[in-house]
Amino acid sequence: MNLDFSPDEVAFRDEVRSFIAENYPKQLSGDGLRDDMPPADLVAWHKVLGEKGWSVPAWPAEYGGTDWTPTQRYIWSEENARVNAIMPLPFGVSMVGPVIYTFGSDGQKEQHLPGIRSGDVWWCQGYSEPGAGSDLASLQTTAVRDGDHYVINGQKTWTTLAQHSDWGFFLCRTDPDAAKPQEGISFILVDMKTPGIEVRPIKLIDGGYEVNETWLTDVRVPVENLVGEENKGWTYAKFLLAHERSGIAGVARSKRAVEQLREIARKEMLDDKPLIKDFDFARKVSQLDIDLAALEITELRTLAGEEAGRGPGPESSILKIKGTEIQQRLTELTLEAVGHYGTPYYRNVADAGSNEYPIGPDYAQHAAASYFNMRKTSIYGGSNEIQRNIITKMILGL
Amino acid sequence: MDFNFTEEQRMVRDSLTRLVRESYDFETRRSVVESESGWRPELWAQIAELGLLGMPFSEEDGGFGGGAIDSLVVMEEFGRGLVVEPYVQTVVCAGGFFKHAGTDAQKAEHIGGIVDGSRIYACAYAEPRGRYDLADLETTAKRTGDGYVLNGHKAVVTAAPWASHLIVTARTSGERRDHEGVSVFVIDKNADGVVTRDYPTVDGRRASEIYFENAEVPADALIGEEGRALPLVELVTDEAIAAQCAEACGAMKVAHEMTVEYSRQRKQFGTPIGKFQVLQHRMVDMFTEYEQSVSMAYLATLKLGESAKERKSAVSAAKVRIGQAAHRIGQEAIQIHGGMGMTDELAIGHYFKRLTIFDSEFGNVDHHMKRHIALASS
Repeated sequence: MNLDFSPDEVAFRDEVRSFIAENYPKQLSGDGLRDDMPPADLVAWHKVLGEKGWSVPAWPAEYGGTDWTPTQRYIWSEENARVNAIMPLPFGVSMVGPVIYTFGSDGQKEQHLPGIRSGDVWWCQGYSEPGAGSDLASLQTTAVRDGDHYVINGQKTWTTLAQHSDWGFFLCRTDPDAAKPQEGISFILVDMKTPGIEVRPIKLIDGGYEVNETWLTDVRVPVENLVGEENKGWTYAKFLLAHERSGIAGVARSKRAVEQLREIARKEMLDDKPLIKDFDFARKVSQLDIDLAALEITELRTLAGEEAGRGPGPESSILKIKGTEIQQRLTELTLEAVGHYGTPYYRNVADAGSNEYPIGPDYAQHAAASYFNMRKTSIYGGSNEIQRNIITKMILGL
Repeated sequence: MDFNFTEEQRMVRDSLTRLVRESYDFETRRSVVESESGWRPELWAQIAELGLLGMPFSEEDGGFGGGAIDSLVVMEEFGRGLVVEPYVQTVVCAGGFFKHAGTDAQKAEHIGGIVDGSRIYACAYAEPRGRYDLADLETTAKRTGDGYVLNGHKAVVTAAPWASHLIVTARTSGERRDHEGVSVFVIDKNADGVVTRDYPTVDGRRASEIYFENAEVPADALIGEEGRALPLVELVTDEAIAAQCAEACGAMKVAHEMTVEYSRQRKQFGTPIGKFQVLQHRMVDMFTEYEQSVSMAYLATLKLGESAKERKSAVSAAKVRIGQAAHRIGQEAIQIHGGMGMTDELAIGHYFKRLTIFDSEFGNVDHHMKRHIALASS
C-alpha cells in the first residue's frame, strides 16, 4: 500500500500542468465560477479543451473521451483546481452526455455529443418540480403522445442556467397509471427554443440568478427525442445521479480554498498579529485540513476501487455528505475571517473596490455571498438527508 | 427572582407586535429595503410617537424612566420583524453615551433629539485594522485652539446613511492599541471633512465607510473624559450587545416557527416532512438553542448594571451562546426548507442572513470567548 503516483502518473501530471499554464484563458485566471459572469466566460475553457480533445475525459474513447484512468482523471481535476479553473459545466458533460452515449439512439449520439464536447451547446436539467424535490419520483410534468410528438405540460424548478441553455433533458410522466411512481417516467430531450417554454429566473439569497423556474405549456417534442425506452426514464435518471455524485466531493477545490483561507488569515489582523497565528482560528482551519485529508483518502480509495472495476456504489454518498459539509465550512470560516467586511452587500456597488474609497479588502467581497450560496450544496444533487437514507438502506441494510 | 415583564412592558410589546404585524410584513420590508433610502423615517416618527425612543432614559433626562429591559422588549420584537430602523445605534448606543457621560447641555440637546425622533445617530467605533478590539484605534483627534480635529477611517458603520449625527471613537493620545487615550465625540454628519461611502448590507440594512479628513469639532463635542473613555465605550457596547442578543432571539424564534410550519405543509414521499423523526429532532434542537438564547439575553440584560467584570462576563457569555445558536438555527432553517430556503422570495433566507451577520457585530464568538476566558482567569 502506498500513496505515491507512478512515474507515468507524475509525467502525466507535469504534462497537464504545463498545458493548463499555457492554455487557460488569461482573462479568467484565478477568478473561479461566479453567476454574474458573462456566459462566454463560463464556457471559454470548455472550448479550449474541446479542441484539445480533453473536454470529456470520463467518456469512452469512441465518444471522444481520453481513456484516462480514474487516477489520471483525478490528477486532471486536481491540476485544474490549483488554478481555480472554470470547468465545463456538468449538465452536458457529466449528466446528459453519459446518458446519451449509454442509452441514446445513434441519431441522438450524432446530433448531441459533438456539441457537448465542444461546449457549443448548453444543457440544463429538468428534474425537480415544486412538489417533487427529494421525492423526485412524485414528479407531475406530463408528456402525452400525439402522433409523432410528445406534448409536454408542467413546471420544473431549480433549472440551473436554463437562461443560457440551448437544450434541456426532462423527466416527464408518460404513464400516469403505472403501479409505482418510478415506473411511468420518461427521459426526453427538449430544444429550449420550442414554443411553450418559459424560463423565469429565481433570485437566490446571495442575490444571484443561477437557477430558474421553467414552465412547459403544450410543448411539442418529436418522439425521436425520447432517450431509451418509454417509461424507463427513472433508470436513466438514477444512472445520471450516480454520475453527478462522483465528482461532488470537490476535494481539490476545497484544498485550494483552504490555502486561500490561510492567505486571508495571514492578512487579517487580530490583536496586532495575523489571524492565522490565533490559536482558536488556526485550530478551525486545521480541523478542515484534517477532515479534507480524510475525505481525500476516502475518495482515492473509491477511485482505486473503480480502477479495479468496482463502480462507485452507495459509498459515494459519503463523498457527497462530507464534501459539501467541508465546502460549507470553508465559506463559513472565510466569512468569519474577514470580520466586519463580510457585512457590505458588494453586488449592488459597482465600484466597491475603487482605489479612492474602497469598501474593505478585495478578498472580502464574495465572502458572505459564497457562504449564503454554498448552503445549496447540502440540498442539491440529492440532499444530504437523502444521501444518509441511501447509506441506511444500501450499506447498513436497515 | 422575577422573570415577568411589567404591565407597561407588556403593553409596549403588544403595541410593537401590532406595529410589526401591520407595518412590517415581509413584502413591505422587502420594498423598503430595496428602496433608495432603505428605511422609513415615517415609521421612526410613529415609533417616537408611541414613546418607544424615550423608554430607556430617566425622566430627568427627558425619558420615561425605564432601562435595558425595555430595550430588550423592543429589540426582540424588532428581531421578529427584521426591522432595519436604527434603535440600537440611536437609542442604545448614542443614547447610552449621553446617558452615562453626557453633560447637562449634551443630554438636553441629544437625548431630547433622540426621544422626539428628530435625530438619528450611528456609532463609528470599528476600524479596518482593529477587528473587534475597541481600543485599536488609528483615528485621531488632535486638540486645536478650542476644539479637536478628527482624522481616520471608520469601517462598516451601520445606519450611517440615515444618520444626522455620528458618535466617533478616536485616539487623543497614546499608541494605537493603548487603553489610555481613547475619547468619544459626537459630530454632525454634514460637518466639513466628513466623507461617507454608503452601501447596502447583506442583511438588508445600510452602512457606510466614513473618512474623517481634518474634520473639526468644538470642545463640547467630547463625550466623557478625554483619553479615559474606554470603560465607557465598553459599557455602551455591552448594552448594545444585550439589545442585539434580544433582536437575535426574536429572529431565531420566527426562523424556528417558520421552519416548523414549513415542515407541516411540505409533503414528500406522501407525508408532511415534519413527520420524519430525523427532522423532528433537529427542530427540537433548534428550539432548545432558542430557549437557551432567551435565557442568555435575559442574563446579559440583567447584569448590565453590575460591576464591570460581572457585566462583561455575562455579556460575553450571551454573545458566545447566542452567536452559536444563531448560526445553527439559521443553517438548519435553510436546510429544512430545502431549495425554497435558498430563494430570496421566502422570508426565511433573510432571517438566516440577519442571524449570520449578528455574529460579527460587536465581536464574534471567538472574540467573546477570549474575553470570557480572560475575565474568568483574572
